[in-house]
Amino acid sequence: MIAHAIVFYIFSLIAIVSAIMVTVSKNTVNSVFFLILDFISISCLFIMIGAEFLGMIMLIVYVGAVAVLFLFVVMMLNVAQQKNEWFNSSGRSSHIPVGLLVSIIIFFELIIVIGGWKYKPDLLDSIAIEINTDLTNTQSLGSVIYTDYIHLFQLSGMVLLVAMIGAIVLTFRQRSGVKRQSYFKQISRDRKDGIELVDVENNKGVKIDA
Amino acid sequence: MSELFIFFEQIYRILFLLIPVLVSVAMIVWLDRRVWAFVQKRKGPNVVGPFGLFQTLADALKYIFKEIIIPASSNKVIFILAPIVTMTLALIAWAVIPFSETFVLANINVGILYLFAVSSLGVYGIIMGGWASNSKYPFLGAIRSAAQMVSYEVSIGVIIINVLLCVGSLNLSDIVLAQKDLWFVIPLFPMFIIFFISALAETNRPPFDLPEAEAELVAGYQTEYSGMMYAMFWLGEYANILLMCAMGSILFLGGWLSPIDLFPFNIIPAPIWLILKILFLFILFALIKAIVPRYRYDQLMKLGWKIFLPFSLIYVVLTASFLMYFDLLPGN
Repeated sequence: MIAHAIVFYIFSLIAIVSAIMVTVSKNTVNSVFFLILDFISISCLFIMIGAEFLGMIMLIVYVGAVAVLFLFVVMMLNVAQQKNEWFNSSGRSSHIPVGLLVSIIIFFELIIVIGGWKYKPDLLDSIAIEINTDLTNTQSLGSVIYTDYIHLFQLSGMVLLVAMIGAIVLTFRQRSGVKRQSYFKQISRDRKDGIELVDVENNKGVKIDA
Repeated sequence: MSELFIFFEQIYRILFLLIPVLVSVAMIVWLDRRVWAFVQKRKGPNVVGPFGLFQTLADALKYIFKEIIIPASSNKVIFILAPIVTMTLALIAWAVIPFSETFVLANINVGILYLFAVSSLGVYGIIMGGWASNSKYPFLGAIRSAAQMVSYEVSIGVIIINVLLCVGSLNLSDIVLAQKDLWFVIPLFPMFIIFFISALAETNRPPFDLPEAEAELVAGYQTEYSGMMYAMFWLGEYANILLMCAMGSILFLGGWLSPIDLFPFNIIPAPIWLILKILFLFILFALIKAIVPRYRYDQLMKLGWKIFLPFSLIYVVLTASFLMYFDLLPGN
């Protein structure tokens, strides 16, 4: 039991410190690496409380895909220059007040959520679903999501689909003059389309690419 | 006292798995070069030791004694971390591979997800190496490989869903045992082909070795690496290839099971069967390296997103409908 506690505190310490380092570190790429560390330690915490499915999904989705895209974008930016503009243009900059406002609101929301038991004593009983310990948590999650709440699940899928289409529409631009490869065109070409025999008159030449 | 005993027992078991894996990675590099040479009618490495078996060890010794050069303008911490990440991720995944019904280091409930997660983390070694080198070719190689590996992970994920539909469990041993009567390579043959090609792309093997396309990018993300750090990248890559072969043989070729449960076959111990299957897949990998020309990058992306992903999604629907119609769905 004590080993369990020690491991728990190690992981949560790593999670908190790396979460702080995400915001503190000067280099944006380092921030993303700390974010990845944070995700990994949180998924370890998930695994420790027995939610191995959530932990693995956290690794696959956030670390394996989302953070890669973050890193992808951040590495392409000229980070040092942007960071300076962000903080040094004091007076004109409106980023910091807005950021403060948002973070204060989130902070109070978190306090309300954590302090919920104070206002409603039976909160914990009302939010906790009875867990069937015979099933693995993959199975019980599956039965909750795909059987009990299938309509809500489908609805959230639709929302995601709309968001995806929106993102594609926003970033899509058709460039003219791009030569695309068409396999069918290539395969269906034969000698007649590709080769033309021309009798060239002496000292006249022939115009190609006409 | 007993905790200490369990601790040492675990260490012993880990070493018992890790050292054979490392040795077989060295041997597999030799095998790769021999197969490659065989296709091209060369001899390949045949000088060091019997049949040149110790060639890789000699190479590794050479790498160890070479100087490690760290570029002055690189991000040093991440530069050094990158090969370590690659190597570590390639090795920790072996913890869940079942070699027989009892011989498995960690028989966890979500084994296949663990494998998938670790293989999707593998891209970080490459991105970190490419970015931290602070040089153009490695960076381009890293960007290419990030896009490539993320794309092909998606189709591998969908293929895994196909297999899981037939099994009804995420446990690797359950996946193997579900193939007792029929290996999944037979009903899911198209998925096996797509898995194999995606595995080539996921491990940056030819014909999808664009992250290190030597004609365009010198050596891609590993251009700036030298000595032992390069060797770690190299060994990590081969350990990953072996892992993908193991994953393929567990998902489709029945893992440790013998092809037929009859006398001459079932006296061969289970781990041998798994190793034979891994070797079979690896020889296919090596043959493909020798005979197929490199893809162009846009063709690679097109193949991943426009052909493999829709096809494997349709196959999920087909598999699910088939299992539903004939009432073969596991778990009810």
